[in-house]
Amino acid sequence: MAVQSNTPAPGWEDFPHGADVGIRGWGRTLEQSFEQAALALTGVLTDADIENRTSVEVECDAPDVEVLFVEWLNAIIYEMAVRNMIFGAFKVTINGLHLRGTMWGEPVDQTKHAPACEPKGATYTALRVAQGADGTWSAECIIDV
Amino acid sequence: MDLSRFTRIDPTTWQIEPTGAMRVPGIIYADENLIRDMDEKVYEQTANVAMLPGVVKAVYVMPDAHWGYGFPIGGVAAFDADEGGVISAGGVGFDVSCGVRTMLTGLKVADINPVQKELADSLYQQVPVGLGSKGAIVLDPQEMDAMLTGGARWAISRGWGETRDLDRIEEHGQMAGADPSCVSDRAKERQRREMGTLGSGNHYLEVQAVTEIFDQEAAGAYGLKPDDVVVTIHCGSRGLGHQIGTEYLREMLPAAAAAGIALPDRELACAPINSEVGQRYLGAMRAATNCALANREIIGHYARKIFGHFFPKAELALLFDVSHNTCKVEAHKTDDASKPIYVHRKGATRAFGPGHPDLPKALRKVGQPVLIGGSMGTGSYVLAGAAGSEDLSFASACHGAGRAMSRHTALRAWSGRQIIKDLADRGILIRSPSVRGVAEEAPGAYKDVGAVVMAAEEAGLAKRVARLRPLVCIKG
Repeated sequence: MAVQSNTPAPGWEDFPHGADVGIRGWGRTLEQSFEQAALALTGVLTDADIENRTSVEVECDAPDVEVLFVEWLNAIIYEMAVRNMIFGAFKVTINGLHLRGTMWGEPVDQTKHAPACEPKGATYTALRVAQGADGTWSAECIIDV
Repeated sequence: MDLSRFTRIDPTTWQIEPTGAMRVPGIIYADENLIRDMDEKVYEQTANVAMLPGVVKAVYVMPDAHWGYGFPIGGVAAFDADEGGVISAGGVGFDVSCGVRTMLTGLKVADINPVQKELADSLYQQVPVGLGSKGAIVLDPQEMDAMLTGGARWAISRGWGETRDLDRIEEHGQMAGADPSCVSDRAKERQRREMGTLGSGNHYLEVQAVTEIFDQEAAGAYGLKPDDVVVTIHCGSRGLGHQIGTEYLREMLPAAAAAGIALPDRELACAPINSEVGQRYLGAMRAATNCALANREIIGHYARKIFGHFFPKAELALLFDVSHNTCKVEAHKTDDASKPIYVHRKGATRAFGPGHPDLPKALRKVGQPVLIGGSMGTGSYVLAGAAGSEDLSFASACHGAGRAMSRHTALRAWSGRQIIKDLADRGILIRSPSVRGVAEEAPGAYKDVGAVVMAAEEAGLAKRVARLRPLVCIKG
């Protein structure tokens, strides 16, 4: 699925990779780019609307901001797997290299969500977190599905 | 790919000469069309793997190769622990011990035809597939550890499988050296309710018909005749393997730096085999291998139950169970043949040739079955490991068709509903929770599996034995 939101900010999209799929989020802040990329991750799975019925909180640490991005996505993938949930809204705060994230969603319903795939993990391939000349932050990597 | 960058050894052997930091050459097996169509990233990743410490002889790449994670998918590389050799989580893959098993039903296509739809519905209802599906089996901590050390043997001891299967599974159904204490609680939690589930992506359960025999002797030994019906299952170590891959990849980043290994790509994160992290990963990876072996054994058991309902006399004997995301300690013809090496196969199948002592007696004369998954529409192949594969590729061959097109592009090119209808018109029934998932796995998104196996045969890695076409495909 292509670009879903109005540019310049914030927004998300996916991009092609050999066997899997790349996701990219962007926004006015680093946090916003992480939140948008999380929406792109959900977009890889389903086109359906997701009700924000339950919230889950996670925390991550990493040696640099790019690894922190992978940790954040892997935290979402883990919560999806063990709670059998799918998430449609995300809030991120980052202090230094410590991330606190909240995600809202509902139990997976195969009829309603018809998930196209099940993510195995976020990878370091095509991993990039950067601020552009216009101040826009973007965060991207490949998801192994 | 730019062919001028290779030394062409013969029509299907393309060598990347060792330059710069490369310690050994890279060798890609493919015909001219396949290699021309391969992503440039395959070249880059092959060269990168050839730079890792302790790499032995050459890095080999199979005809179905494509851009992977650190290693190319379709990559084979071996490392010598005594020469600073490494173990790489990316070289095994996120889905540890993902693999294929094929079972012989003893039935003919004419037996299936009258109940094809009911059989498809029954398999789809009873084998959990896709995100959001959970199995009927829930493991407590003791059972989790028993599964992680016991593999298919554990599944059989709990009533999900048959003892006679063990000879037909790599490692006789149980990977030695598994250490559940090296597997995190998070990885175990992710697996607690996932035993006996198929997963999604390119994983499937298919009912297939034998359409063509290429090698009568091998087909005879394998029990394959024209029009026979078989069941093939493609899946791996589910959430447990994925979590282990994720966690150890992260842990190997500083481990590689601490060992003074300059990584050309972060995804190549690895640790010396003779290091604390390396040994822990081996213990965890082998436990995940057992998880995959147990999982395929359980799904095979479900298939037996369902077939037993429709065909009370059908036994579903296991032809073979192979893994194509592995690292195994093996002896090969190297400078010191007595010294075991750590062979990574990422999207590559072990392919022991005729006479190999590890093969069960009934298969030894013709070589190991190599099970090649194609796409939903084009079918699959059964190959036999060739004698020459030992010298050519540490006894390895291809594993599938390999994608030719991204999911993104496939989704734009095809409608899942139309594919399901077109295949149904051709007698192939698809059952999947997601029409979008079907579009992403469209037959046209894959390479020509026929060209891939032909190249493997011409290169001398494996011989074609039989071609299979799908009758029913359960897709996650």
